[in-house]
Amino acid sequence: MKLPADLPAGAASRADRGLAIRLRRRAAEVVALSEFFAVYGSLINFAGLNALLALSLYVPLSAGQLSLGNAAFAGIGAYVSALLTMRLNVPFPMSVAAGGCLAAAVAMAIGAPVLRIKGIFLAMATLAFGEVVRICAVNLSITGGAEGLIGIPNKTTAVMIYGALAATAYFLTALRWSQTGWSFASIREDETAAMVMGINTTRYKNVAFILGAFIAGIAGGLYAHLNFIITPAEFGFSAEVQLLIYNIVGGTRSVFGPIVGALILTAIPEALRAAGVTAGPLRLGVNGLILLLVILYLPNGLSSLFAKKR
Amino acid sequence: MSVFLQQLINGFFIGSVYGLFAIGYTLVFGVLDILNLAHAAIFTLGGLSALWLTTTAGLPGWIAFPLATLFSGVLGLLLYRVAFAPLRRRADSNLSGLISSIAMAIVFESCALGIFGARTVRFPEGMFQNRVYHFQSITITSLQLEIVAVALGLMIVLSALLKYSRTGKAIRAVAESENTARLLGINVEWIVSQTFFVSSALGGAAGILYGLYFDALAPDMGRSIELKGLAVIILGGMGSIPGAILGGIAFGLSEVLTVELTGMSNLRDAVAFTVLLLILILKPSGLLGRGRARQA
Repeated sequence: MKLPADLPAGAASRADRGLAIRLRRRAAEVVALSEFFAVYGSLINFAGLNALLALSLYVPLSAGQLSLGNAAFAGIGAYVSALLTMRLNVPFPMSVAAGGCLAAAVAMAIGAPVLRIKGIFLAMATLAFGEVVRICAVNLSITGGAEGLIGIPNKTTAVMIYGALAATAYFLTALRWSQTGWSFASIREDETAAMVMGINTTRYKNVAFILGAFIAGIAGGLYAHLNFIITPAEFGFSAEVQLLIYNIVGGTRSVFGPIVGALILTAIPEALRAAGVTAGPLRLGVNGLILLLVILYLPNGLSSLFAKKR
Repeated sequence: MSVFLQQLINGFFIGSVYGLFAIGYTLVFGVLDILNLAHAAIFTLGGLSALWLTTTAGLPGWIAFPLATLFSGVLGLLLYRVAFAPLRRRADSNLSGLISSIAMAIVFESCALGIFGARTVRFPEGMFQNRVYHFQSITITSLQLEIVAVALGLMIVLSALLKYSRTGKAIRAVAESENTARLLGINVEWIVSQTFFVSSALGGAAGILYGLYFDALAPDMGRSIELKGLAVIILGGMGSIPGAILGGIAFGLSEVLTVELTGMSNLRDAVAFTVLLLILILKPSGLLGRGRARQA
């Protein structure tokens, strides 16, 4: 074994030499890790946020309701929390919580009429709602119009994002095996049968919708305080579709599906960049192809690959 | 007053293009109960391929535009084969079809981006002799007249085909009930493929007319019309052809009237989507739609 040339002079004994090498390796690891975070830190943060947003759509999906309004709820959370922090100096945790609560309140208001609509028509109604929210954000003066809000203080950390993600995942897993969770599942399998069994389907559909909106609002608030700037376009139709793609690619049979889907699909563009694929269209096309292959051959998503065969 | 009248006419012109686009949407929905979100991508590719045929291939417009329309139809066949046919037997085929059409839309859009680039392009100047007519204070160009004539003509031809031709009757039979149609000896697969061909060809034609009307083509031009088309077919009633035509014109008029009355161009879509939300809540079958006994 060759000695590094710049060992300290006193490091004569074998043990000392080994320690020095180990120390240097450790230092190199620390540097590598912090470099990794410096390069990929924002990717890690956004992957976590996308996973949280994907979970917000997972909740109504797990009750069989295809909502395309969750990006709009995230937008409501983002704008409300950002405005509270910037204009009123509200402490950060409170403003994020307020954003989540207001998104949930809006969901409660529109849920009653909208959730009477079923299937694809519900998807379109929530989509129309999302467009109305986006247009409001473009036209109101308090939201800064099409240019959006600029200069939101940067307060979100990776720990907060992944803490929120872990808490949400834990809560939703626990919910899955509760009475509410079983009611969601039965509505998803057969709404008429669930109604006949005495489940208050209207109530549980509303609960799923409001809970999803709350999670989306929280995620939106975290996003606003991470990104410095928010614009209405970020919460439009493409964002809605992106959330749906995370859920479909990952699978909606368990909480882990949407998380896996969001993490993989957020990481893939970076992986492709590292592999030397720089052309934008190709990366977009890869996303489309993955979605197509999953819906054709893995209807329950990538997470069904890891599920136990029953 | 004359400004107002001019705006109404402009709204009618653009509304006829919306109607043409929405007809393709609503035709597929009426037959398959599937929302085809790749329709807007075919609209884009129709416009861009027409541009390619006129500029790079150097064909005159009267050959290039029908060719591009046929090409869009073929893309529709491809779309059906890849994204919809394999899912037909699945129980949740209308939701999984929605998602696979999103996937195809992304693939088509990335093709458009890869081939044509992200910039906005236009048809070569001087391709048409664009005469300008003045009626008192109202201005109409011959290009506008041609666009509205083609759009309305295609809509009338389609309505007549659906009403009187053998294939049209078969399409309506499949829309009514697939199983009954099969019992009557109709080749359902073939009819559905033809529906996709016609629907996509009309979508491509709408893309060409849209590109001519606004004198701009871009790979993301489908995005703006996708939601408008959705609004139009819900306004007119899902699956209803006359509903799509009237809905398209009503949507075009509402756009220009909103701008005219409020003076804010950003509010253009607000009225339409608010109306859309209200219609879905109050009368989900749309203004002209047949009542659907089963939903979802």
